[in-house]
Amino acid sequence: MNGLAVLIPVALGLGMLGLLAFFWALKRGQFEDLDGAAARILIDDEDDKAA
Amino acid sequence: MNAPARLDDALPLESTVLVVPGMHCAGCMGKVERAFAGLSGVHSARVNLTARQVRVEHEASVREPDLMAALADAGFASQPRVEDLSAPPSAVKPLLAPLAVAAFACMNVMLLSVSIWSGAEGSTRDLFHWLSALIGVPAIAYAGRPFFTSAWAALSKRSTNMDVPISIGVTLATGLSLYETATGGDEAWFDGTLMLLLFLLAGRVLDAMMRDRARAGVDALLRQAAPGAMVVGKDGSVEWIAARDLVPGMVMRVAAGERLAADGTIATGQSRFDRSLLTGESAPVTMLAGDTVHAGTLNLEAPIDVKVTAAGLDTSLAEIARLMEAAGQVRSRYVRIADRASRLYAPVVHTLAALTLAGWLIAGAGLHHSLVIAIAVLIITCPCALGLAVPVAQVVASGALMRAGIMVKDGAALERLATIDRALLDKTGTLTLGRPLPDPASLTALDADEAAVALALATHSRHPLSRALADALSDHRAAELQDVSEEAGRGVSATWQGQPVALRRPDSASGIATALAIGARPVRLITFADRLRPDAQQALAELKALGIEATILSGDNPAAVAEVSRQTGLTAQAAASPADKQGAIARLQAAGHKVLMAGDGLNDGPALSAADASIAPGSASDVGRQAADLVFLGDSLLALPRGVRAARRTMAVVKQNFVLAIGYNALAVPLAMAGYVTPLIAAIAMSTSSLIVIANSLRLYGAAR
Repeated sequence: MNGLAVLIPVALGLGMLGLLAFFWALKRGQFEDLDGAAARILIDDEDDKAA
Repeated sequence: MNAPARLDDALPLESTVLVVPGMHCAGCMGKVERAFAGLSGVHSARVNLTARQVRVEHEASVREPDLMAALADAGFASQPRVEDLSAPPSAVKPLLAPLAVAAFACMNVMLLSVSIWSGAEGSTRDLFHWLSALIGVPAIAYAGRPFFTSAWAALSKRSTNMDVPISIGVTLATGLSLYETATGGDEAWFDGTLMLLLFLLAGRVLDAMMRDRARAGVDALLRQAAPGAMVVGKDGSVEWIAARDLVPGMVMRVAAGERLAADGTIATGQSRFDRSLLTGESAPVTMLAGDTVHAGTLNLEAPIDVKVTAAGLDTSLAEIARLMEAAGQVRSRYVRIADRASRLYAPVVHTLAALTLAGWLIAGAGLHHSLVIAIAVLIITCPCALGLAVPVAQVVASGALMRAGIMVKDGAALERLATIDRALLDKTGTLTLGRPLPDPASLTALDADEAAVALALATHSRHPLSRALADALSDHRAAELQDVSEEAGRGVSATWQGQPVALRRPDSASGIATALAIGARPVRLITFADRLRPDAQQALAELKALGIEATILSGDNPAAVAEVSRQTGLTAQAAASPADKQGAIARLQAAGHKVLMAGDGLNDGPALSAADASIAPGSASDVGRQAADLVFLGDSLLALPRGVRAARRTMAVVKQNFVLAIGYNALAVPLAMAGYVTPLIAAIAMSTSSLIVIANSLRLYGAAR
């Protein structure tokens, strides 16, 4: 039982942390451009040197 | 000087949003963002690919035209964003936070529930129930808000919708679970309730995402056309004025290749006009000074000054807009399949729950026991898989269509498109490409030198005919020219290997043509005509195979329509006014047909809104694109049969989903009524049926092939 008293708050706290992180991301506009976010990984920065 | 600005050293940054319709991949994003790197005063640029926009943070010294020029150097056409078309509020965003809360709470409560199912007892179970309640009740109150508000709105109008049974089920289940928790009972239903909300919210988010996505695509197209005109001031200065700010009396300078932004009379100059967008008439009309020209017509030949006589709501466009408002009743009367299903579903579910309660009471069970079982029935029948059945299928299908270049504005459009059995096609711009293309016969008549000179001359002009010619001759190498000059309304002339060459207006020609003169050689006449879209024949054959009878409905003159009618083998109605087109659709609808309208012009607007479903090419007028349910990109007319096929397959899958979802209920409800359903069984049944429905919908991934 004592283990539970520690583990449950820890589990909930971690979950809350994830939820807060999501809300933070939502507020910062991270979900405004999902297509762009998917494509951004492919942007080749090396082009700068070639140009 | 007591100007309050410039007090701080850091210059205030301005931000400008430019619409860049040509952007579609990571490479483009990189190029667009880097395009501003060389510009001093620009601090940052960030692309939004979904909205096809780039937001530039810059100092006040940097002007919009500089930014557009930088983009043009990188090879991207851009437009300043038209403010009143700025992105409509997203339907997804308000749902994301409830979805996240439901997911968080569902996972944590499920964790506690699993330990209860695996045998936690006594004070541990009570503690876990209390913890579940602590997480669950606020989460249900927050995540359920979209459903509660919608259900309340429906109830206060004395109607019902899918959200009413959901809200009743959720509220009762939460109440019962709280009671059980407080009295130390065996079973609490927080996990099932939260899972239900999670799945339903996921369905809503998908549905909204589809609408947002298609709207972003269509908006990008709409924003391309900057409605406005260069207006000549009294002192001779020329300035850009948006269409809505034009007032009668202003003088617009309209270059060749531009569309008029308002009605007016020609003050100086003369030119030929393409009025096909407005009337469907394809042959250009010559207009002299003093003649009346209408908004939406395309100036083909020479720059002219037009004195505005009517602008904004007073133009001839307003008539069409009024017709369009009156149309579209068929669509507003259409009831989406999910709502139709819920109308049948809700009374059945509530009757079953009430019968269960009554049955157990009569059988002698206590009130508490009977209530628990009745609420179990409500929870088990809550339309969890039903909530996913329609949106998931439609999202997958519209994603497939979007990859094939067809944008679906909303899910209801797919439902309506699936029922189509008649198609009416506009001629100019829909069956045909709607732009003059050089006649292949007159191009093959040119020898290599002539083609090279023609290409070189054509690339020096922005006249629509020159551009069409340059496109058609792009396989050739351009000749080297000296002393190129363009005279508006006359053509382009230059020197080639010591001889004078020119691409100019023909001295006499019927229809649209341009003359190529090279030194002493005989003058070549290159004729232009609007041609059928590629694959038009195949598309019509496929429509026929789908059981859809197609006819032409055009505003063009009978001779031009007869020509296309002969080529396609379709019957046709010519010289139809916008009201005639709407009337033709109303007659077919009255005869019990479901009509698909394919059109592009302003004159098709009322017909597009009146038809059961409508599709417009991406090259269509703003009005056409806005009124249509589907917009297809590219030249191929195969988008029509492809869209219909995908819509029919989607509806087939939606119906399968209903059968699967209701089949699960048919199995689970007797168990629930008999009192055998525990929270564990409810959770398993609910998630299994939802997963099956999703898996079935994913089969539509390749639906647009």
